[in-house]
Amino acid sequence: MKTPFENVVAEHAGTVLRVCRVLLGPHDAEDAWSETFVSALRAFPDLPDTANVQAWLVTIAHRKAIDVLRARSRQPLPVERLPETPSDLGVPDVDHDLWQAVRDLPDKQRQAVAYHHVAGLPYAEIAKLIGGSADAARRAAADGIKNLRKTYLSGATS
Amino acid sequence: MNDALDVLGSPADAETLSRLHRNLERHAEQDGLLDVAYTVVDSPVGRLLLAATARGLVRVAYATEGHDGVLETIAQRLSPRILRAPKRLDTTARELDEYFAGRRRTFDLPLDLSLSHGFRQLVQRHLPEIGYGQTRSYREVAELVGNPNAVRAVGTACATNPLPVVVPCHRVLRADGTLGGYVGGAEAKAALLHLEAA
Repeated sequence: MKTPFENVVAEHAGTVLRVCRVLLGPHDAEDAWSETFVSALRAFPDLPDTANVQAWLVTIAHRKAIDVLRARSRQPLPVERLPETPSDLGVPDVDHDLWQAVRDLPDKQRQAVAYHHVAGLPYAEIAKLIGGSADAARRAAADGIKNLRKTYLSGATS
Repeated sequence: MNDALDVLGSPADAETLSRLHRNLERHAEQDGLLDVAYTVVDSPVGRLLLAATARGLVRVAYATEGHDGVLETIAQRLSPRILRAPKRLDTTARELDEYFAGRRRTFDLPLDLSLSHGFRQLVQRHLPEIGYGQTRSYREVAELVGNPNAVRAVGTACATNPLPVVVPCHRVLRADGTLGGYVGGAEAKAALLHLEAA
């Protein structure tokens, strides 16, 4: 039984945006979100009824983010320094360092943090997305969080 | 304590999400992916769900029908590519406003009757021939569609009209002049007839 796609948007829009923010930073997250949901809408009638919709959306976002990162690496200049637009994203200025720290993480750590700690996917699912074993995905997420806390807490009062 | 994870997991604000939703509506329409667009409008007979395919208005639903359930049914029967996208319903919403304000007597809208079939659809196609402010009995409608014995089937066709208000099944009454049933309830039927009698 297929639900109206609007219900999928209502339920998962926020999570997918948070995942895109971690993968790409606040600046590019909205474009990736839009591309993810347009692709999802296109493919939705063929999605098996038993599918885990959130995991499916995260998989699409994963691919869209890779496209954005590839485009970025071909054109490194314009995104070297993000424009100061965090306020309309609900991210306070003081967290700018955190986003920079997320950006500086190795790809697999950043992805594992996004997919496990933000989207709540199990490590076995994450391994399918980023390659390697579930254990490797678990280690990547743990290392990612450790690295972020090191940077973030050193700059904040605890 | 403000942990890194709390920040990464902090919810997106409603304004950002509604802006993203509007972008999605626009892209979906441009890419031909918006099989069904819908909106909900206020009216003197309660909140009305309006839904349209690319071909035209496909469903008008009273709140008492349960809008969520109506959308689920559309997802099963037509397509699950459904978004709340008010733009496609702008003309419909305007004409309904004019109708409820007493400034419009007929609707000039493309209709998509794909939610009904056979005899029911035939009846629904003929209902607009009953003019504003007029009424017919179920029997008279049966005669109108060339099947005078199908009085009960006409009743069923009116009760299952996917486009109430716009396709005027409220203008069909019992032979004794009493209201008969209505998809939006007797009170809504009486309100529409009262409006048109003014």
